[in-house]
Amino acid sequence: MPLIENGRLIEDRYVVPADEDALPDGVPLLIPAERFLKEAEALKGRQAPVAVLWPNNRRIEEIEPYLGQLSLIALQFPSFRDGRAYSQARLLRERLGWRGPLRATGNVLRDQFIFMLRAGFDQLDAAKEDDAAHFAEEVGSHSVFYQPTGDGRPSILRARLGRVAAHGTTN
Amino acid sequence: MTSPLQQKIKVTGPVVVTANRLADGAVVWRTAAGTWSTALADAAVVTTAPDALALLEGAHERDTDAVGPYIAPVVKGADGRIEPGNRRERIRVEGPTFALPSDTPPTDPLPA
Amino acid sequence: MYVYDEFDRSFLAERVAEFRDQVERRLSGALSEDEFKPLRLMNGVYLQLHAYMLRVAIPYGTLSGAQMRKLAHVARTYDKGYGHFTTRQNIQFNWIKLEDLPAAMAALAEVGVHGIQTSGNCIRNVTTDQWAGATPEEVDDPRLWAEILRQYSTAHPEFSYLPRKFKIAITAADHDRAAVKVHDVGLRLHRNAQGEMGFEVLVGGGLGRTPFIGKKIRDFLPAEHLLSYVEAIMRVYNRFGRRDNIYKARIKILVHEIGAEAFSAEVEKEWEAIREGALHLDAPVVEDIRSRFITPDFAQLPDHPAELTGALENPAFATWHRNSVHAHKVPGYSIVTISLKAVGAPPGDATGEQMEVVADLADTYGFGEIRVGHEQNLCLPNIAQKDLPELWRRLEAIGLATPNVNLVNDIIACPGLDYCALANARAIPVAQEIAKRFADLDRARGVGRLHINISGCINACGHHHVGHIGILGVDKAGEEFYQITIGGRADEHAQLGTLLGPAVPYDQVPGLIEDIVDAYMELRASPRELFVDTVARLGVEPFKERVYAAH
Repeated sequence: MPLIENGRLIEDRYVVPADEDALPDGVPLLIPAERFLKEAEALKGRQAPVAVLWPNNRRIEEIEPYLGQLSLIALQFPSFRDGRAYSQARLLRERLGWRGPLRATGNVLRDQFIFMLRAGFDQLDAAKEDDAAHFAEEVGSHSVFYQPTGDGRPSILRARLGRVAAHGTTN
Repeated sequence: MTSPLQQKIKVTGPVVVTANRLADGAVVWRTAAGTWSTALADAAVVTTAPDALALLEGAHERDTDAVGPYIAPVVKGADGRIEPGNRRERIRVEGPTFALPSDTPPTDPLPA
Repeated sequence: MYVYDEFDRSFLAERVAEFRDQVERRLSGALSEDEFKPLRLMNGVYLQLHAYMLRVAIPYGTLSGAQMRKLAHVARTYDKGYGHFTTRQNIQFNWIKLEDLPAAMAALAEVGVHGIQTSGNCIRNVTTDQWAGATPEEVDDPRLWAEILRQYSTAHPEFSYLPRKFKIAITAADHDRAAVKVHDVGLRLHRNAQGEMGFEVLVGGGLGRTPFIGKKIRDFLPAEHLLSYVEAIMRVYNRFGRRDNIYKARIKILVHEIGAEAFSAEVEKEWEAIREGALHLDAPVVEDIRSRFITPDFAQLPDHPAELTGALENPAFATWHRNSVHAHKVPGYSIVTISLKAVGAPPGDATGEQMEVVADLADTYGFGEIRVGHEQNLCLPNIAQKDLPELWRRLEAIGLATPNVNLVNDIIACPGLDYCALANARAIPVAQEIAKRFADLDRARGVGRLHINISGCINACGHHHVGHIGILGVDKAGEEFYQITIGGRADEHAQLGTLLGPAVPYDQVPGLIEDIVDAYMELRASPRELFVDTVARLGVEPFKERVYAAH
């Protein structure tokens, strides 16, 4: 499936190991959380990048001790209607200070792209080819946001104040 | 959610497949020719579970014509005409059971 | 009135364009129905029995004359000439076509009106007291805080795919007209001993198949923390609310299952981490939003002017005045309720012409302001008392002066099986039949305040649990039956009604309601004791004995 980062299609370098298989050497791995947590100590010595696929029903705070050894975190949307990963993403970005790549996986559709970006995702693993092609159009069609999140986009709540201040100098 | 096609279907009398037309929401029925009609009289009436299931499967083939197809009971009237088999379906055919509000009030006003 | 600015207008224009694109993608097949449904719901579009339904948000129940006129336009152009005002201060159009929706939405957007977040598993239209800004009872105008919440919750990236829908209501008066105790979050604005403003916070109230009265998790939340605290509640709910069973997904179930204390502890913990962050409501933010509410330029007028006292000699006007006119905070002014419960008419419906007349009256006499109350009536909140006689004359001419506000035939009813795909039984014709039994308004007045609420299924859109008399339609082997509860109430003493006895078939409902009312007339301690107080004093039994003996 097409993987989008900063509006461009990128190659997915990560391999998801099959259950119970020995982890292959020398390739970036995307490891399910349960296995990662079990083998985290051993994985510390690994040269190739290690990423974790974190389920949306596990407290994201549990990941905090391991952030230093991760190269990417992937969160899951089993259905686009299940919005738990939005909260996990914001907590990772705004509470736990994760600055590395944050990937949305699963039922990732264009009509939710903007929400995902606003929640802090920067990699979108689009479920439909065509959706990826419409990324720029989709994201570009939104220019005003009412509420602040950690994504840095100005919120109307604050933008209005800028205007009030500007008016204040002329009134 | 279980897809309607995976549900066990119990058919105890004549049934039709009905849905709402995508573009305008109008009530439509599945015909024997595999099309949709806004007239219940045009509906394909079946009486067995396999036939009903086949009709429903056909209805699910394209989801750009009609939305949410399901099996609904009908009854054969005395004159052989097909009629809706329950109140809900009757309301879908005939509309709400009271006079709709209108800028021209009914001629028989209620006592003040 | 709150005045939308260029930000709001840009946002709406983008949303209309987005929905137009989504409809095109749906019609072309690029979006499946499963993918499209949550998107259309997020814009207030349902599919009902006969057609699509568009639910238009009326934020905190406030409309301008121009907005009301546009609703009339949509009713005439895209629907069958009428609209239905709901128990959530919204309006629904029942016959709209999907292919016409983008055009209808563009028309509404011209006056800043839309259907955004009137459905779907998101934060819904925030509701409040329809007398806000006009009643002498309130500590501050709750619309200010409702507007702040509207902006905060609109297209919220984190909270648009919650486990289930989420409803917030605010009251700023001790007498609660917003039913805050039966909302997912209920907020009561009040002042503490130091005179500071803040909110009592209730969570986990709600009706539906598992009704609960909200539980208090905070006595006093300083108003500046409103958004961060709401965000903390939303985040706890989004993370931990159940998603395995749609019937257990509302926040009330989470609060009930883990307990209000544990829930509150999670919220407080989350809040501590964000309370001083970007959501902190600095005074300039609040004042900026407050400044964009246009306050009517009230004249200095005496109470009880000669025009009014003279007109009160007309018994018909006097009756309406006693029933539908309420005290205003400014001398010489009144709050007027417009009953949408003409005897025999579908409760809450208004025709295009009625909407236009109300818009004209609002512009001529009421500073252009109209309100919608959760009782499915309209309200003109700022009417000079000297204008009341002329206002009444013009309302009466169009069937909008039925003096039955809060009486037994001011019935709240959901659309029921006549429209709704979820319903098991009809609600509107039941309301019409009961109203006709009490068509003699002298009799209805003798009964006094009595709220009847009817829902056509367990989802409880007619709020039957909190009706003084609640009527719930159920399906029994293909026949419509109705369960009756009594003693419920939605106000500051909110409680759920108690089942009176076995469900009765459709035809018996009006007679049964008459019997309940007759029993009350016999049992009440005095004409001043309201129905609901008699039930509270005596319990259900004496009613049960009398009513079921007769059947």
